[in-house]
Amino acid sequence: MMQCPKCHAQMNTYNRNGVQIEQCNGCRGIFLDYGELESLTRLESQWAQQAPPAPPAPQAYPAAPPAAHAPAWGAPQHGGHGGHYGHHRQKGFGRMLFSS
Amino acid sequence: MCEPPQVLADRPDGTVVRSGTIVAKAHAADTDREALAARIALAAAPQLAGILLPPLPAPAPAAPTARPVTLWPLGAPVDPTDPGAAPWAEAADLLARLHRTKPPFPLPPMRGPAKAARAVARMRAALRAGTTALPGVPAALSDDVTAPPRVPAVEPRDPAALSVLAGWRALPPWARGEVPVPAQRGGFLCHGDLHLGQLVRHPAPDGPWLLIDMDDAGVGDPAWDLGRPAAWYAAGLLAPEDWSVFLDAYRSAGGPAVPADGDPWPALDVPARALTVQTAAVALAKCAAEQRDPDEHEQLMIESCARIATLPPELATGPAS
Repeated sequence: MMQCPKCHAQMNTYNRNGVQIEQCNGCRGIFLDYGELESLTRLESQWAQQAPPAPPAPQAYPAAPPAAHAPAWGAPQHGGHGGHYGHHRQKGFGRMLFSS
Repeated sequence: MCEPPQVLADRPDGTVVRSGTIVAKAHAADTDREALAARIALAAAPQLAGILLPPLPAPAPAAPTARPVTLWPLGAPVDPTDPGAAPWAEAADLLARLHRTKPPFPLPPMRGPAKAARAVARMRAALRAGTTALPGVPAALSDDVTAPPRVPAVEPRDPAALSVLAGWRALPPWARGEVPVPAQRGGFLCHGDLHLGQLVRHPAPDGPWLLIDMDDAGVGDPAWDLGRPAAWYAAGLLAPEDWSVFLDAYRSAGGPAVPADGDPWPALDVPARALTVQTAAVALAKCAAEQRDPDEHEQLMIESCARIATLPPELATGPAS
């Protein structure tokens, strides 16, 4: 677990759009690892190129830490949002989990 | 018991038939027989009792050229209709115990990376089959305006296929099966093809869970066996609570693939990427062959590939979080 360089509170890891970031529980400051700013910039330019017809509402940083680690390339929903997986567990349980 | 025999699976890599309480598997014709014999001996080894389903004595081959056949006791599989009953903790515990067992005799390499390579080759072949304009004309030349219409499902410049190939190229050579696994990652007993179809209760229906299907087992990186659940979790297919149960059980049982605590992803990253690429490649090959669009689950794995392609391993496994 990382300590915030500014206020020394604990930092939690979140995954925003596939990029792993640390956010301080105290001052809410954000820390990016090496290469993560570039990843975010790249994602932003892809986002702009794709020009989706109806971009989803921006997600707020979760108030409570979701705690679980995820890879930097993990699905965006790994940012937390309790309850999101209620239906997902059923939905994801399919043929793919039973085959090579 | 006089029920007629029942075909449980019939794929190029193996045909599985059940008769009463015995299951017979005819392995692929091109199976490396010596390697298969070592893998079957592993399932029979006393060190693996309670981890691997032991085989029944097999009949002598009908002919030297016949497909090799192995016999197994019938077990009760995971119920595909009941997500809540999926044995994530038991699967992880079995893997941890397998990985902790010293190889009792020399074994071939675990075939995970080779299977990933085969999946990508299969996708490439399926795309070529779907896009080559004329027999003998390379796909690269078939942009000719006189070319007949292409199969709509997957095109050569299909972004999904390009993501799969980009994710594949970014993997280290060992994860593509091109060179042996690095010494610091390898040397552990591995299953090589873990998914929920690889667990049965024996004796059925209430016996303990055991791992089945030794065709890809061998020595290698134990993180590969965690790679498929990790890939499902990363794609949003496996719920975080199920992933936590799986990972916690693996760590509780002293599994060597990930550190005992802290971030497991530096160890899981490459195998999870490889299995994401493999799964997406198989999905795209099937879509091309069946001339259909990816289903919802396939789409999640393809999207995961796209993210992998934008974030090479050297960025993802930088300083620990």
